[in-house]
Amino acid sequence: MIRMPAPDEAVLARRSEIVDALRRIVPGEGVIDSEPERRAFECDGLTAYRQLPMVVVLPETTAQVSEILRYCHANRIKVVPRGAGTSLSGGALPLQDGILLGLGKFKRILDIDVENRCIVVQPGVTNLGISQAVQAQGLYYAPDPSSQIACTIGGNVAENSGGVHCLKYGLTTNNVIGVELVMMDGEIIRLGGKHFDASGYDLLGVLVGSEGMLGVVTEVTVRILPKPPGARALMIGFATIEGVGHCVAEVIATGIIPGGMEMMDHLAIEAAEAFVHAGYPLDAAALLIIELDGCAAEIDHLIAAVEAIAGRHGATSCRASQSEEERLLFWAGRKAAFPAVGRLSPDYYCMDGTIPRRQIGTVLQRMEEMEAKYKLRVANVFHAGDGNLHPLILYDANRPGELQRAEDFGNDILRLCVEVGGVLTGEHGVGVEKRDLMGTMFNDSDLAQQTRLKCAFDSESLLNPGKVFPQLCRCAELGRVHVHAGNLRFPDLPRF
Amino acid sequence: MIGWAMAENHPLEIVAGGSKRALGRPPRTDHQLDVSRLSGIVDYEPAELVMTARAGTPMADIQRQLADQQQMLAFEPPDWRKLLASNAEPTLGGVLACNLSGPRRLRAGAARDFFLGFAAINGRGDAWKAGGKVVKNVTGYDMCKLQAGAFGTLSLLTEVTLKVMPKPETSCTLLLHGLADDVAIPTMLRALNTPHEVSGAAHLPSPAARRSGVDAVANGLGGVTALRLEGPAPSVIYRAAELEKLLGHGDRLDAAASERLWTEIASVESLVAGRERYLWRLCPTPARASAVVQAIRARLVSADTLFDWGGGLVWLNLDAEDAGPDGGAAIIRAAMGQVGGHAMLVVAPEALRAATPVFEPASATMDALQCRIKQGFDPGGILNPGRMWEGR
Repeated sequence: MIRMPAPDEAVLARRSEIVDALRRIVPGEGVIDSEPERRAFECDGLTAYRQLPMVVVLPETTAQVSEILRYCHANRIKVVPRGAGTSLSGGALPLQDGILLGLGKFKRILDIDVENRCIVVQPGVTNLGISQAVQAQGLYYAPDPSSQIACTIGGNVAENSGGVHCLKYGLTTNNVIGVELVMMDGEIIRLGGKHFDASGYDLLGVLVGSEGMLGVVTEVTVRILPKPPGARALMIGFATIEGVGHCVAEVIATGIIPGGMEMMDHLAIEAAEAFVHAGYPLDAAALLIIELDGCAAEIDHLIAAVEAIAGRHGATSCRASQSEEERLLFWAGRKAAFPAVGRLSPDYYCMDGTIPRRQIGTVLQRMEEMEAKYKLRVANVFHAGDGNLHPLILYDANRPGELQRAEDFGNDILRLCVEVGGVLTGEHGVGVEKRDLMGTMFNDSDLAQQTRLKCAFDSESLLNPGKVFPQLCRCAELGRVHVHAGNLRFPDLPRF
Repeated sequence: MIGWAMAENHPLEIVAGGSKRALGRPPRTDHQLDVSRLSGIVDYEPAELVMTARAGTPMADIQRQLADQQQMLAFEPPDWRKLLASNAEPTLGGVLACNLSGPRRLRAGAARDFFLGFAAINGRGDAWKAGGKVVKNVTGYDMCKLQAGAFGTLSLLTEVTLKVMPKPETSCTLLLHGLADDVAIPTMLRALNTPHEVSGAAHLPSPAARRSGVDAVANGLGGVTALRLEGPAPSVIYRAAELEKLLGHGDRLDAAASERLWTEIASVESLVAGRERYLWRLCPTPARASAVVQAIRARLVSADTLFDWGGGLVWLNLDAEDAGPDGGAAIIRAAMGQVGGHAMLVVAPEALRAATPVFEPASATMDALQCRIKQGFDPGGILNPGRMWEGR
């Protein structure tokens, strides 16, 4: 298990004073103090890790967020921001000596601006809520993480969330165009807006995916797109994993970027089929679902092209959806893959590495060897288009040692992803979960530079500490400058 | 080298091809660091949609390799050599450092959106890296975004990895004739709000249109509004017909003429005239583009314009005399303040680029934050000091 930073006893001793101070900023029920109520916030989607927060505060205005942060900054109190708490990497795991800052009350849609193709919302609006707000106009918000019913746009910004459509339509970072941000010292700034690009450093770009460590977002402007006029899905069975790999590679090399391209292995197919009866081919080693969207002329053209490619790579079955109901049925199994796999086993652990796609065969082979080593089974679902793997490790937390074995297995999978040229996380974030693996991808120099950026936003390291970086940030040490002959440039600037 | 420069306190101007030396503020440096020999494609896997190259690789080499595989840089990097009066060779590192994107930016995203990872050297002389070599990655802060558009002031890029995309099978451009600016902008926005995937939306007011090298544009009457469609042939044909039903019939440019026109729009050729001129690049809230131009033109009558990105990008060419001693900065920035967005002075003599803020001035809080960031990367102020802001 990953260790969190040791709590600050001095802060813990001042708990009741801190609660009172927060009550002065957020009156009424916005400050949650009692243990049973705080319990509801003790974990996020990474449920193996739990910690009761010192106190929970649920502000309703940007001014309150600013005051809370200003107070915490002045009193050196740690803050963990939280959206809906659906993070799969422990990004919103509370701290024993920290305030949990929930943005759940920021639920308003502020401005639907069809002309400028954007919508301004508060961070507690759900991902799906954005698309629903503009569906009457034939528009939608493209990134669609599978938790989109529950997850909030504020959390999406923190984690740079993806989804099945991101190969074609991009991640959160490619679709967020502005934010209002409160920094740890309480200063409120605006980054971006309804216009294109930034002037000066692209701080919006670096904020997205910063896992709640650079600031607290209180307003978000995102790009909305016209809905494609149509979409059809192909469900293609393969006798071998290699066949899938080659088929995906050729689809892309041919110049086709499908709206979605998902792979499931045999165990995932079995689980999903038993759960939703989508008509998946149970005899296949692997299944590929490819969605093509656009106008009818384009879809028909591309379906024919993909069918031909699949045929060349040993597809054992191939069905194109003939109706919207059928398309949704094809997807139903994939979208329910996690709960479906959950029925096979009391617990499962969902991993999230990205690999160069050409390595898929090697990686799945090595994972099979690991299954034998750790005596645990793995079901694989895979965003095949962008190489993002989601191995689901099946285990039983009630059996002594199995959780630890599952974690060790997961870590081995992620190390393997890095070894073959990939990365630790494609869309779930580093959080607590992968924090101690950062060294497999980055050396000290790389991490020091990342930490220096953190210091520019939060010099006391009060915002979501203990996440992402294996070592707590020490801004003063990182700031050391070697000076030759006493010539320091900008000698009047403060060094910290 | 950078370690030496830091220790001995010698600021460096980073140069590879040198095609964009006239972009931004003139850096105050006594030495140049030539990285043009950091050149060559390191790895290119078309089926992975990923290319890794050294930062000094000429764009011409990158484009050639991609074209051989029917792929492209989807952000359509523009060629600004004519604009900046340079014959030098643009390089990949320069394009990314300046975050330069062409007409397809409005649909596909900017250079920063395709920047997956890099190796670099910071102002301390430390080699470091960030990002990865796969298309989907959220491991650590997204430092690529910060490097893109930092004009080499944070770190020297040595190797970069980019997401590349397939080239569309074909393209076609619809031309609508005779629209005034305040009709053309809403027309473009309307087209962008259809599901027909318009991948370029530009409006050339009459003077700019007459200077076009594309006959159908030059020979038209009044302003010319151009809408580009790309994709598989049956799809382009269908969507073109649908858009014409909605917006009216004009001319259609085939793929070759379409390419000529969008290359010309990207490089702002129709505004590059021989006289002394100051060229501004405005990114306003798109729907307010013609309003902002009207407000500016009320005070600066010489303003000659070109609209791209459906109004999200406005090029404004001013007569030096009309613009006044600040190059028109005060009037332009006041007008932009009314609509939201930012303005950059792109073409002006060195003295003016040193005296007038080239980039949009930031609030005190933002300025302090950017200053702290610069400190974290380059505490000695060695890398391109003065390029973006005076004194750092």
